[in-house]
Amino acid sequence: MRNLRLIARLDIKGPNLIKGIQLEGVRVVGDPRAFAGRYYNEGADEILYMDAVASLYARDTMLDIVRRTAEEVFVPVTVGGGLRSVADVRTMLRAGADKVAVNSAATTQPELVSEIARIFGSQCMVLQIDAKRTGPGRWEAYRDCGREHTGLDAVAWARQGEALGAGEILLTSVDREGTLRGFDVELIAAVTAAVSIPVIASGGMGSFTHLHDAAVRGGADAVAVAHLVHYGKATFPALRAEALARGLPVRAA
Amino acid sequence: MTATVTLVDYGAGNLLSVARAFRHLGAEVILADTPAAVAGAARLVLPGVGAFAACMTGLEDKGLTDAVRRFAAGGRPFLGICIGMQMMFDGSDEFGTTRGLGLLPGWVRAIPTTDGDGRRRKVPHIGWNALQPANGANRWDDPLMNGIAPGDSVYFVHSFAVEPAERADTLAECDYEGIRLLAAARRDNLAGCQFHPEKSGPVGLRILRGFLDGK
Repeated sequence: MRNLRLIARLDIKGPNLIKGIQLEGVRVVGDPRAFAGRYYNEGADEILYMDAVASLYARDTMLDIVRRTAEEVFVPVTVGGGLRSVADVRTMLRAGADKVAVNSAATTQPELVSEIARIFGSQCMVLQIDAKRTGPGRWEAYRDCGREHTGLDAVAWARQGEALGAGEILLTSVDREGTLRGFDVELIAAVTAAVSIPVIASGGMGSFTHLHDAAVRGGADAVAVAHLVHYGKATFPALRAEALARGLPVRAA
Repeated sequence: MTATVTLVDYGAGNLLSVARAFRHLGAEVILADTPAAVAGAARLVLPGVGAFAACMTGLEDKGLTDAVRRFAAGGRPFLGICIGMQMMFDGSDEFGTTRGLGLLPGWVRAIPTTDGDGRRRKVPHIGWNALQPANGANRWDDPLMNGIAPGDSVYFVHSFAVEPAERADTLAECDYEGIRLLAAARRDNLAGCQFHPEKSGPVGLRILRGFLDGK
């Protein structure tokens, strides 16, 4: 098996770290920088900031959070939410992001994926797919925080995203997000079988077993952890120790 | 005494990340975009991310190629990071053939997408991987690796890897799904790392510290 990354996912609304259920119904958790700094010190492999509002006004707040984070966090930082152009991406990378996650704008103008990959490199172009189950073995990609249909089959869209130049896929199950009921392993397995770029599993992690399932049965290359660590129900050192004990290929931080 | 480090500024995407990491270590960082600024460096870092050819073109367009070569020949500490390390070698196959700086002998080739048994290998190689001493040794003796233990992990993102012509230039390797990849190179004053020390947490910062402390 390949190496497996443990990523701290922080959803941001204005200046706050929030946690929602199925991308809605949010609660304020705290100061994102403080949480990101703690996760870095505890050995998270990467930090993922997701702007849940992504208005132009919120953008400046996000840039400020990214700028300050980059001064004290020395692992890769990915930023997503509302990025619509090469100019938006450039501004975010200048602020200190290492990668950007793009969802809505990529579904309406797929050429943006190729443009970002060409200008900044595939390594920083993460295609964000928010998927909802529509039937047995079928999922549709949603945009605008899980509110709008795209009509795109999530698995086919992942494959197309790879062809367009995406370097990674951030795959969120909208159905499972915030539920603590476990990842949609079938969705993860369908996407990892369809593409050869790394897939980050997101949405639904409620226990170590879920992480194990996403990696072993789903073939995920990384898992995004939010609720569990934000509310102190698990820590990165504990998850890592358990992963190592169970033979998962995480780094021995 | 505050260490001073000069970063070659030719538009590389990780320039500011590298600068932030060195500043975090208390170093004074100078961004050099002229041949004179490169020539005057106490120690020089060549960053790089993205495509090999674009990076070489960026360096060329700024008129810095010869200055970097001359600096490297002058004996002061030099560190190439990611594509910056790849550029230290003779050339690369990425998007056709592109010549490198030729400071060290070797060529940059695509990481094979299947292993010896025909199984698919995921490329790019993204994520944390353990550093191993070169050529089966169990230790390294190098200021860059001061305080780094074999098995410590660092962050990689690359689809191409250096095949050095001289085994002696390999400082550290990593194992990626059954293939040994050059992780760090060393010859005299020249050092390079394929991984991103600026994104490799405390281990990466220790490696940058080792570069600042090296003579």
